[in-house]
Amino acid sequence: MAAVVRKDVLVELRTGEMVPAMLLFSVSTFVLFHFALDRRSVEGDLAAGVLWVTLLFAAVLGIVRLFVAEREQGGFDGFLLAPVDRTALFVAKATVLFCFLAAVELAAIPAFAILLLGPSPWDALPELLVVLVLADLGVAVVGTLVGALGVQTRTRELIVPILALPLMIPLVIAAARATSPLLVEGATGGIEGRWLLVLGLYDLVFGLLAFAVFDFLLED
Amino acid sequence: MFARGLKSLSIASVVLIVGAFALVFFYAPNDADQGFVQKIFYLHVPLAIVALCGFVAGGVFGIQFLRTGDRSHDLRSYVAIHISLILAVGALITGSIWAKASWGHWWVWDEPTLVSFLIVFLLYACYQPLRFAIEDPGRQARTAAVFSITAGAFVPLNFLAVRLAESFTHPRVLSATGGSMPGEMRLTFLVSLAGMAVMFVTLWKYELTSKQASMRLRALKRRLADEDDRWVPAGRSAAPQEL
Repeated sequence: MAAVVRKDVLVELRTGEMVPAMLLFSVSTFVLFHFALDRRSVEGDLAAGVLWVTLLFAAVLGIVRLFVAEREQGGFDGFLLAPVDRTALFVAKATVLFCFLAAVELAAIPAFAILLLGPSPWDALPELLVVLVLADLGVAVVGTLVGALGVQTRTRELIVPILALPLMIPLVIAAARATSPLLVEGATGGIEGRWLLVLGLYDLVFGLLAFAVFDFLLED
Repeated sequence: MFARGLKSLSIASVVLIVGAFALVFFYAPNDADQGFVQKIFYLHVPLAIVALCGFVAGGVFGIQFLRTGDRSHDLRSYVAIHISLILAVGALITGSIWAKASWGHWWVWDEPTLVSFLIVFLLYACYQPLRFAIEDPGRQARTAAVFSITAGAFVPLNFLAVRLAESFTHPRVLSATGGSMPGEMRLTFLVSLAGMAVMFVTLWKYELTSKQASMRLRALKRRLADEDDRWVPAGRSAAPQEL
């Protein structure tokens, strides 16, 4: 598992294929939102909505590419030949996706704060981090599963977004609701516990589920 | 193998559906503030409940397929989801009509049940494109089973999330306290629900039988065509092609 993670991170460091593209996409989307909404700054629930929709669309870009190298260059076959548990590939890929998302957010959230966000998000940073980690976990788990489903098809660029977006709606609901009180002027940093609970439940259910069914996607 | 009991099921569903409509029009009282329009409820709610159960059943057959590798479970799962999708379209349309009549809008966002139902529908609408995009039958069946299980687990989680997010305006039909329906309405509703459920099973079995018959026919044609090359392969389809 560690080997797969290291391989993917190395490939990404050497080629710089995914993370810069996801980041550029996020920044362009912020600019797009500025013109589409015709606002100099956003705050509260609008800011949370813009942020999460942008991050999810950027994540979909990464999900589409997640298994492409394995499929096209025989990584799946190599993995099936190796004497390891197949779910290790799932855990490794989810970890990689999580790292990529975290890397994108590391740059995209400051960009969001500078470009579009009215109030400063830094006061409520710890709470924001909690929400980001929980939501990224969910995106990583569901994204890995959908990416593995999509890579089996001829039309993965079409199938992955239409599958991933409805599946992530509960995630958007919970993440956006949890984030919106953090993005107002003078945020006291109170998150409603139930949203974190929904995020945690989502991560848990889909984590277990993906763990259970992932094997069958690799059989050939 | 799928045709057993089809005759009695057909009779039962005709009797129940006709009985349910008779009860709806001649027995159940008009709603005090919505009047006659409220009767669409006896169609809308059973459609929605049966469609959701059908989706979850598709997931259960998906699990069975992955466990046993028996292709007939894949066919069962496919047909259950297929028919549920059709019922779901019906539920969305009747729900929209009811919303227009009782709240004045075709679509109401602060309406958790309607919204979660739409999300579930959007997700399952990807099922056929997903199957269609995979050519290898074995891989198609496995991928579809994984999808059906994931989506089946998604149904309750999605309802939870959307319900937390919105206010509570949808009438709770099957709450723990039994709702606030008078006895005649509840009887009518239960008969309608039973009718819809039996109709679903009947349609499901018909479709299974028909799919199986056409598979056999195709196999026979292929065998006959062995000598002269006149055999034409079947057109591409999202449905399972062989057992």
